[in-house]
Amino acid sequence: MHIVVVGLSHHTAPVEIRERLAFAPTAMEKPLRQMLELPAIAEALLVSTCNRVELYAASKEPDTAVAALRRFLADYHGVPLDEIEQHLYDYQGEDAIRHLFRVSSSLDSMIIGEPQILGQIKTAYGYAVEFKTAGLILNRFLHKAFSVAKRVRTETGIASSAVSVSFAAVELARKIFDRIDDKAVMIIGAGEMCELAARHFVSNGVTRVLVTNRTFERAEKLAAEFQGRAVPFEQFTEHLASVDIVLTSTGAPTFILGHKQMEEILRRRKNRPMFLIDIAVPRDVDPKVNDLANVYLYDVDDLQGVVQANLKERQKEAHRAETIIAEELGQFHVWLANLEVKPTIIALRKRFEEIGTQEVAKTFGNHKDLTDAQRKGIEAMTNAIVNKLLHRPIALLKRTQNDTNGEDYVDTVRELFDLPVPIVDEALLEPLDDDPDNR
Amino acid sequence: MTLDILLFKATLLVYFIATLLYLVGVITRREQLGKIAKWVLIGGFAVHCVTLGARWLATGLTPAASLYEALSFFAWALVGTYLLFDLRYRIAVLGAFVCPLALVLMIGGSAAPKQIPAANPVLDSWWFPVHVTLAFLGYAVFAVAAMAGVMYLLQERRVKAKKFSGLFYRLPSLDTLDSINYKCLTFGFPLMTMGIISGAIWGNSAWGGYWRWDPKETGALVVWFLYAALLHGRLTVGWRGRRAALFAILGFLCLLFTFLGVNLLLGGQHTFKSFTGQ
Repeated sequence: MHIVVVGLSHHTAPVEIRERLAFAPTAMEKPLRQMLELPAIAEALLVSTCNRVELYAASKEPDTAVAALRRFLADYHGVPLDEIEQHLYDYQGEDAIRHLFRVSSSLDSMIIGEPQILGQIKTAYGYAVEFKTAGLILNRFLHKAFSVAKRVRTETGIASSAVSVSFAAVELARKIFDRIDDKAVMIIGAGEMCELAARHFVSNGVTRVLVTNRTFERAEKLAAEFQGRAVPFEQFTEHLASVDIVLTSTGAPTFILGHKQMEEILRRRKNRPMFLIDIAVPRDVDPKVNDLANVYLYDVDDLQGVVQANLKERQKEAHRAETIIAEELGQFHVWLANLEVKPTIIALRKRFEEIGTQEVAKTFGNHKDLTDAQRKGIEAMTNAIVNKLLHRPIALLKRTQNDTNGEDYVDTVRELFDLPVPIVDEALLEPLDDDPDNR
Repeated sequence: MTLDILLFKATLLVYFIATLLYLVGVITRREQLGKIAKWVLIGGFAVHCVTLGARWLATGLTPAASLYEALSFFAWALVGTYLLFDLRYRIAVLGAFVCPLALVLMIGGSAAPKQIPAANPVLDSWWFPVHVTLAFLGYAVFAVAAMAGVMYLLQERRVKAKKFSGLFYRLPSLDTLDSINYKCLTFGFPLMTMGIISGAIWGNSAWGGYWRWDPKETGALVVWFLYAALLHGRLTVGWRGRRAALFAILGFLCLLFTFLGVNLLLGGQHTFKSFTGQ
């Protein structure tokens, strides 16, 4: 059995194409069922997000399955296949497995490490389970993908650094203050960016919020939103000594906070550190303030720089994630191969032993005068022949199960000895790995 | 090779492994390694305890009389202090700074002569173990403060200059590092004070005088004033952050000079030579 995938993503297709080929999340049953009716497809899964559309399937004949899935994707949406052909990619076997592992670990995402994709794949899998289009192989495959994603998330720093400006501000605050839930934030000027950043701080535990604005009503309104306190703009510097984090974005043409003022404020707060985030353009705070000890001043460009650095950091971590995926890939591949090999070996052994017992019984029937010792000897000889004959084929099957031509041997052995199609041993489902976090 | 020397070498080896694990863990950012390193270090500390015990049995004296013994004792106090700190702060990166220091002390110890010191009536006093234990615990706490100070300076430079290299992601927050500085000061200062007082009492019984302005005593007093100034600054004027970190580093350097420099360069009654006749 092979895993195949046909799809398109932000890497290969512009949004105009992606939106035409997307599947509505409310109507997954129809396409899933239709996929299952395609030739050579045993199990099906459909992932459709704004950045990618991917059709996964388990199949005995991967080439046929890929062709069928390509055609299906075009036909279902009523788009000529040659029009979208150039945007499609497909993978089989190991490459397909690696692909889903990378996608669910967010290595293939537009922003590497973004957390949504795993949830989206879990939802897609949920549909495949609901409509019973996922069977043994896809079940195992998806659970494995979830556990790989979890490993990548916990063992690498791929998602550990912020990649949005306002979240980067919160993260920086954590590098300065350690905990921020006992810190106070002042918002100067009720701009949209400021509000957004403040929201991030509040959702990360900050409870004391002060708001000031030239129009006091506006300050009051925003303060009410954060259950904070509004202070008149004329007096805001008096309150500065009691806050730790300042978000400022006024439309003032000149600095509203200078070096001297900050020096005085710091003296008043006994040098407890302050984090100033100046989102205004032109800037509100004199950049020289950053030279003061225990004050950290960041403007929009600085925060943008943090985001860039974080993205680079994620890229580095992604390399480590690839190693993890390579490891897990091997494991899963062995399991998949085992799925065929183990039952084949069992069936083969059973067939040989049956022949042996039958023939021994026949011999005993024809020669009633045999002594017990002679009977024992014949039984032992038969067993020895069976085992010697089986030795090499079983060794070969075991050895080649990880090779690409392992399947050929399995098929040949089945054909030669007329073995029944294997019913998968339930026990095979258990041992491979720890189970992923269940939703 | 006697048992205590053999154990010392074993301790050195285990510390070396722990240091390696800490450093590799920080460089490759594998938290797992930091955890393993901690357990290795705990194991090393246990072996170290046995080492000191064996030495104590072999010499019949608190094992801090010769240079070798003192360095080993210092490293022991440092590792013990770090492990205690780890209970509260859980910063593996701190281990990556402290552990190499302990290793350096141990290597220094392994280079020093290891003969059993000649009997010396001066050392045969209950005040000797009290004095060295307090003093070395104080040293150890201040060593941790200095390492936290180095980390603070590294991290502060990154946050100020807005340059985010790998270390930025690995080092803890400035506040945490500064609070380690403060914690160390509140523990280290009383320890050092008591160390000096117990030393004076011991001196009185050994040499018949509480204070003789010998180079080591003078050095210790200078260091004591330095830390007193820092503590005072922290509590009243709000010295903190960079300045406190610099002070902690400077204080520790002076302390190291008092510990080693005085012994090796200046001489006086308070030296290993005068203790051990080597």
